[in-house]
Amino acid sequence: MTDQTVQRRNRRMVLGLGGVAAGMAGLSFAAVPLYRVFCQVTGYNGTTQRGGTAPAVAGDSSVTIRFNATTQPNLPWRFQPEQNAVTLRVGEEGMAFYTAMNLSGAPVTGVATYNVTPEKVGRYFHKTACFCFDEQTLAPHQRVDMPVAFWVDPEIARDPNTRDVSVITLSYTFFRTLADAERAGALASAGPHVGRAAGIP
Amino acid sequence: MATASHAHDDGHGHDGHHDHKPGFVARWLFSTNHKDIGTLYIIFSILAGLIGGGLSILMRMELQSPGMQYFADGQMWNAVVSAHGLIMVFFVVMPALIGGFGNWFVPIMIGAPDMAFPRLNNISFWLLVPAFLLLGGSMFVGQGAGAGWTIYPPLSTDTYQTGPAMDMALFALHLAGASSILGAANFITTILNMRAPGMTLHKMPLFVWAMLVTAFLLLLAVPVLGGAITMLITDRNFGTAFFKPDGGGDPVLFQHLFWFFGHPEVYIMILPGFGIISHILSTFSRKPIFGYLGMAYAMVAIGAVGFVVWAHHMFTSGIDVDTRAYFMAATMVIAVPTGIKIFSWIATMWGGSIRLDTPMLFAIGFIFLFTMGGVTGVVLANAGITQILHNTYYVVAHFHYVLSLGAVYSIFAGFYYWIGKMSGRQYPEFWGKVHFWMFFIGANVTFFPQHFLGAQGMPRRYGDYPDALHGWNMVSSIGSYISAASVLVFLYVVWRTFTSKEQLPANYWGEGATTLEWQVSSPPPFHTFEDLPRVR
Repeated sequence: MTDQTVQRRNRRMVLGLGGVAAGMAGLSFAAVPLYRVFCQVTGYNGTTQRGGTAPAVAGDSSVTIRFNATTQPNLPWRFQPEQNAVTLRVGEEGMAFYTAMNLSGAPVTGVATYNVTPEKVGRYFHKTACFCFDEQTLAPHQRVDMPVAFWVDPEIARDPNTRDVSVITLSYTFFRTLADAERAGALASAGPHVGRAAGIP
Repeated sequence: MATASHAHDDGHGHDGHHDHKPGFVARWLFSTNHKDIGTLYIIFSILAGLIGGGLSILMRMELQSPGMQYFADGQMWNAVVSAHGLIMVFFVVMPALIGGFGNWFVPIMIGAPDMAFPRLNNISFWLLVPAFLLLGGSMFVGQGAGAGWTIYPPLSTDTYQTGPAMDMALFALHLAGASSILGAANFITTILNMRAPGMTLHKMPLFVWAMLVTAFLLLLAVPVLGGAITMLITDRNFGTAFFKPDGGGDPVLFQHLFWFFGHPEVYIMILPGFGIISHILSTFSRKPIFGYLGMAYAMVAIGAVGFVVWAHHMFTSGIDVDTRAYFMAATMVIAVPTGIKIFSWIATMWGGSIRLDTPMLFAIGFIFLFTMGGVTGVVLANAGITQILHNTYYVVAHFHYVLSLGAVYSIFAGFYYWIGKMSGRQYPEFWGKVHFWMFFIGANVTFFPQHFLGAQGMPRRYGDYPDALHGWNMVSSIGSYISAASVLVFLYVVWRTFTSKEQLPANYWGEGATTLEWQVSSPPPFHTFEDLPRVR
């Protein structure tokens, strides 16, 4: 084998290997949407199902839904559930309310993340309407009731993995949206090299 | 195993242009010679090791007694912990084993004149230097980068690590990662394309096998880290929200990406060590390695399974029972090929004519300590037990037994085994043994008590602890001082070696040493194997 054939083979191989490395870097970015879809489809990490109509006939067993609320310190709201828990039959559509009050003198926009525990019931918990699907803007000192409508798939009682579950906790965490935080100058605390403080208009 | 029929001419005659060495700047700054670059890597690793090790002594001084003595606050502590971890992983263990011994001996062992891409090899090394300066510098900028070596958001976001220090550390990882990827592509090409005639894959020395598997792990794992920290940097600086829940991101996704890189990374650090240990045990037992093919494919298996166990680092991050069961079982499966290796090493020594020189002491020390760390690893693989032990000193003890004691012992073993080959000088045997015993005692006294501390619930990454944990922390700190003293002995050994007048023959270990590097002079000529040897 001559030097030149070896060199040509080497070059071809290293280009291929570079392609593999670039592909892996690409996959790490592809993981962002794939992970979201995976969670939505499988109910992984307590990701709830969105929409769907409740079955016409409700099941026999009943399940208690507890409500939890958390607020990021950055968001000047008081956010809490109006009821601690409701009990309903599986397949029956339920409705609950949270209240949120803007404690500041300026309009503030928030957005909520949500999940259910135990995490394994995510695929059976359906929300038909929820304040958490959209951003919420509250005027200064405004107080609003926020509804959430949901039903629990009767399959939950038949799946051997979940039939022991009688209490589901529905949890929300309200964050200030990034855009609103930037408007309010909250990012100014993020260090001199970030955003506006660095002189970027 | 491998014998070359080609007798190399290492004369210095003017007609033999091939051994002409360039001037200092051209030789060391623009180096394209695999041996010189290997030497640069080893020097770099020793210097970085002194800094990274110095940080660990600072940490043990602080933890010697309850309360805060030397560190101003938790952030300063975190910055030092993070720097220690990242320096040891990226700038000590990897450069020594992969860049250092890998560069030096992979081409010689397969009978190649050099690496496939000598200039790529040069840039791999020189990317590491600015990376190290950025990471070291980050400790002195603002409050430092205190997010641990795992750099999980939200702790690593702009909310909690303000200032450019964290960005410097992240960019350092980018550079070090680029260096590793280029090096990996170079090693794979060299090993697959440039073997001497007759050197089939199944005749390759085990160190070369180890480097081949390591290079594939690097190539597949490091780009994922690169992607993850790129997202982290844009989250911090350019208003994206990959890992920010307030913008629709998910911080747990970072953990998945990080550990998809991070778990193969721990095998990247240990596999080259496996290769070195195999050579040393075979040499000093004067027997071929037991179960050669089993040893090679055990490493391949460890590398492959290493990619599908990452979530065992995330048992407390909210993953469901079935997923935990899978990752627990998959993790325990790795104990099988690892067990094959341990048993084959012992079988290699069994009935051999054993000589207990310093490299052999380090190799046997490696087997003992690595097995110990492996056993606690199997304990930690249990998802149930990890609920209790997660992020305690038990975990710290576990990974220091496999890395600080395992990988570092293999580095020292390789150093004593090959320093005569690399320099042509004899190391002082007595002081080598003193170094081994001091380090063996020191490291065990440091890390064994940390199992007890972890079982008692002492969490990682705090500069302070309740008074009840004082006793074992004191013992652990004393152990670290013994280890530190052993490093001074090591430096003395280095000085004695390079001032030694004794010239070594090509094969100074005798009949047990059979790989190709023992057929060239000590030190090898500047250019080896310009005429390819033929392996029978």
